[in-house]
Amino acid sequence: MMNATFARGLLAGAVALGALAGSGLAASAEEVVNVYTNREPGLYSATLDEFTKATGIKVNAIFSEQGLAERIRAEGENSPADVLITVDIGRIQEAVDLGITQPVKSEALNSAIPAQLRDPEGRWFALSMRARSIYASKDRVKDTAITYEDLADPKWKGKICTRSFQHQYNIALTAAMIVKHGEAATEEWLKGVKANLAKKPSGGDRDVAKDILAGVCDIGLGNTYYVGLMTNGTNPDQKKWAEAIRVILPTFKGGKTHVNISGIAMMKNAPHRENALKLMEYMVTPAAQHVFADVNYEYPVRAGIEINPLVKSFGTLHPEEMSLAEVAKNRAKASALVDKVGFDR
Amino acid sequence: MSTLALTHRLSTTSLRRALNGAPLWSVAVVVAVAALVLAPLVSLVRIAAQGEATLWAQVTVDVLPAALMDTGMLLAGVALLTGVVGIGAAWLVTAHRFPGRRALAALLPLPLAVPTYITAYIYVEIFDSAGPVQMGLRSLMGWTSRGDYWFPEIRSVYGCIFVMSAVLYPYVYLAARVMFLTQSASMIEVARTLGASRFKLFRAIAIPLARPALAVGLSLALLEALNDIGASEYLGVRTLTVSIFTTWLNRGSLAGAAQIACVMLAFVIVLIALERRGRRDRRYSLSTRRPRVTQPVNLTGHQRWLATLFCAVPVLMGFALPVAFLVREVLRRGLSAQVDNAFLNHLLTTIGLSAAATVATLAFGIVLVTASRLARLRLTKTALAVAGIGYAVPGTVLALGLLTPLVAIDTGIGSLWRALTGERVGLILMGSAAGIVIAYLIRFLPIATGSLTAGLERVSPGLEDAGRILGARPRELVTRIQIPLLRPALASAALLVFVDCIKELSATLLLRPLNTETLATLVYGHASRGAFEDGSLAALVIVLVGLLPVIQLVRSAEAGPKKAGGSSAS
Repeated sequence: MMNATFARGLLAGAVALGALAGSGLAASAEEVVNVYTNREPGLYSATLDEFTKATGIKVNAIFSEQGLAERIRAEGENSPADVLITVDIGRIQEAVDLGITQPVKSEALNSAIPAQLRDPEGRWFALSMRARSIYASKDRVKDTAITYEDLADPKWKGKICTRSFQHQYNIALTAAMIVKHGEAATEEWLKGVKANLAKKPSGGDRDVAKDILAGVCDIGLGNTYYVGLMTNGTNPDQKKWAEAIRVILPTFKGGKTHVNISGIAMMKNAPHRENALKLMEYMVTPAAQHVFADVNYEYPVRAGIEINPLVKSFGTLHPEEMSLAEVAKNRAKASALVDKVGFDR
Repeated sequence: MSTLALTHRLSTTSLRRALNGAPLWSVAVVVAVAALVLAPLVSLVRIAAQGEATLWAQVTVDVLPAALMDTGMLLAGVALLTGVVGIGAAWLVTAHRFPGRRALAALLPLPLAVPTYITAYIYVEIFDSAGPVQMGLRSLMGWTSRGDYWFPEIRSVYGCIFVMSAVLYPYVYLAARVMFLTQSASMIEVARTLGASRFKLFRAIAIPLARPALAVGLSLALLEALNDIGASEYLGVRTLTVSIFTTWLNRGSLAGAAQIACVMLAFVIVLIALERRGRRDRRYSLSTRRPRVTQPVNLTGHQRWLATLFCAVPVLMGFALPVAFLVREVLRRGLSAQVDNAFLNHLLTTIGLSAAATVATLAFGIVLVTASRLARLRLTKTALAVAGIGYAVPGTVLALGLLTPLVAIDTGIGSLWRALTGERVGLILMGSAAGIVIAYLIRFLPIATGSLTAGLERVSPGLEDAGRILGARPRELVTRIQIPLLRPALASAALLVFVDCIKELSATLLLRPLNTETLATLVYGHASRGAFEDGSLAALVIVLVGLLPVIQLVRSAEAGPKKAGGSSAS
C-alpha cells in the first residue's frame, strides 16, 4: 500500500544506518584503544602512529573541544572510552571531579613524570608542559624580563592583546594568580590588565602575534609552542607573524613561570584497560617525549629529553612549583572573577 | 463486565471520530516524536534546576546582563542589515529594470550556501589587522602601524553583525521576493497612476506587503544568529550561546550553563512566535492574491548603476569573496594532494549520515503532517508545534540534553540483550552513528514539517472529500492523494534537510562515534589547530553541496509566478 519510492527510500536509509552502526561495532574484534581527546589529534598523530607500529594496537579517536567528560559520564558503564587526553589541567581535573577516572599504578609513569606533574593517587598524568609566555614586539619592546603582575602596570596602557580570558589557558593563569596572591589581589590584577588592553579580547594566541605585527599592540599572552607552529606551519603568512615577536618567559613576582599541561587519565569503565595502560606508558617513553618536544614544540615532562632549538632560544624554563591540582580547584573562582570585572567585554 | 465493554466501545468510537480516519499508529508516532524532541529539553531543565542559588545569583549579575546586551545588539544589527539588504534588493529586482537585474535576482540567494563559521574564518583572514586589505592600504598610504589610521575592527559585535548578515540576508530576500512577485500588481500600478513617488511606493505599499515575509525571513535569520557559536566566539562576541559554554566549561557548571540555555529558550520562543505570526498573515494574503506580476519600471541615469551596486555588493560579500578565498587556498595546496582516501572517506561519511538523517526526517515529517491533517485532535496539533522547537535549540545544547536519554535507551537495550543472550553489546545508539542521526532528526524535523505543511495547505480539502465520497480509506487518502501532491514539497524539504545536515557542526562534534569525521568537523579540526586554510577543500565542498537547494529555491521562486501568470492569461 505504501508508496513504492518512499518505501525504497526508507529501506535505503535503514540499510545505511545499519551499515554505519555495524562499522562502529566491528572494531571490537581487533586490539584497540579508544581515545577521547579535547586536543586536535592531528597535533600528535605521529606519536599515535608510532604507538600502533610498536604495539599493533589500533588507536580510535574522537575529538571535541567541549563536552567529552560529560559524554563519558553519561555513557556510564558501557562507555567505550579508555583514556581522556586534554590540553589543560582544568579539564583533566574536571574528569576526576565527575568521577569518571580510575587510579593507575605504574612504575614507568611514576618514574618518568615528576611528582608535581601527576596526581598523587594516579588519576591523571601530565604528558607535556606548555608555558604561558609573553609575546613582545621585536621593534617596539626593549624589556627582557616581565612578570605576570607587570601586565597590570599602567605603563602598558593600550599596548596589550590577549585572547578571551574565559579561554582555558587564561583561566588557568588566573587561577594560578589566585593561588599565589588570593582572590582580591587577582581581581585588582584583572582590572589592571583589562585597563591596559589595546582591543577587546578575541581570536587565539596566534592572533596576538598577528596583532603585534600589525602594530595593534606591543605585548600579549601566548603559549610557547605556537611560535614553533607558526614558524614551521603550512601558512607562510603566519611565519611573518612569528618573526615580528620575541618570546619572554614571564614569572610571578618572586616566583617562576606558569605552566599548564597536556594530560592523560584512564577512564573508570575503560573496556581495554591493558591497552590503555600501554598507551599511557608509551606516551612518556623517550621516543614519544621527543616528538612532543620536536614536533609540537612543547616542554617534555621526562627529564633528559632534548628540547627543540627554537624553544630553547626562549631561555630556560623554570616552572612554578605550585600544585596544579590546586590551580585546577580555583578555576571556577577565576572564571567568576573574569566575568565580574567584565574582562572580555 | 458488560458496562466495561460498553464504555470501551464508547471511548473507541469517540476516539475514532476524533482520529477522523487517521491510523492510531500514526498518531502514536506523532506523540512519540514530540516526546523525543522534548526529551533533551526536559533533561536540560532538570539539570538547570539542580544548580545552587548562589550560582544563579552570580550568573544573573555577572554573565546575563552582558550576554543579553551582546545578543540583543547582534540580533538588532542582523535584523536591521538583513532587513534593509533583503527587502531593498528584492524590491529593486522585482519592480525595476537596471543593468544585471536578471542575473542578480538569481545570484542574490547564493550566500545561503555558506555556513556562518566558515565566513567568519575567511573574513578575519581578509579584513583583520594583518590581512591583505589593511596591509595593502598601509603600503599604499605609507602608514606604519595600526595606530596611524582607522579601520573597522572585524573581531567585534559590528564585525559579527556584518559577517552574519552577509550570509543570512537571503532568508529575508527570498521571502520578500516571493511576496513581491505574488502580490497584486494592480495595487502598485494604481499607486503609480496616482503619481506616487518611487519612495512613497516602497514605503506605503512594498513594506506593508512584505511585512509577513519579513517576519518569516527575519525570524529564520535571527534564529541562526542566535544559535551560532562558531562565528561569534571566533569574533569575540560573548552572546548567550557563547556564555553557556564558558560557564559550563570553566566553572564546571553544567547547571549554570543549562540556566543560561533556559533564558535563551525564551528568545527562541519569541522568534518562533514571530515566525508563526508571519506565516499566518501570509497565508491570509495568499488566498486573496491575484497572480499577475508587476511590470518593472526603468531606472534612469546614475540610479541604474546605484541599483546594480546595491544588489551586487551583497552577492560579492556573502558569496563571491568567501568562495574565491576558498578556491585560492585549495589551488595553492594542490587539489590532487588533498583528495586522498581519508578525504573521500570523510566525504562518504558525511553523505551517508546526511542521507540517513534526511530519509528519517522526511519519513517522520510525512507521518507527522498527514496524521495531524486527518486527525482532529488538539494532541496532534500540539505535538506538531512541539516538534518545531528542535530547530531553535543550539546544536551543542541539544547534544548535551540528548546524552542522558540516548544512553538511557542504550542501557535498556543493553540489559535486555544481556538478559536474552548473556552477552554485552555496548552502546548501540551512542556507539554508532544513530545518535547523530537522531540529533539531526530532532534539529531539522521542523524544516520538513514546515515545507510539507505548506505543501499540504495548497491541496484543497475538496480533493480529500471527493476521495472519501468515492470510498477511499484514510490510508489511501494519504498514499494516493496527499503524498503524490506533496512530491515537489518533499523534494525541496529533502534538499534543505540534507544540506543542513552536511553543515551541522556542534551536535556532530559531541555525538559522533570514534574515528568519525564529517566535512564540518574536518574544517573545525583544522581551524582549532590554527590552520583553517588547510580545511579549505572541505569547506568548499560544503559550500558547493549547499548550493544545490539554493539553486532549486531560486528556480522555484523565479519560475513560480511565470507559471501563475500563464494560467491567469489562459
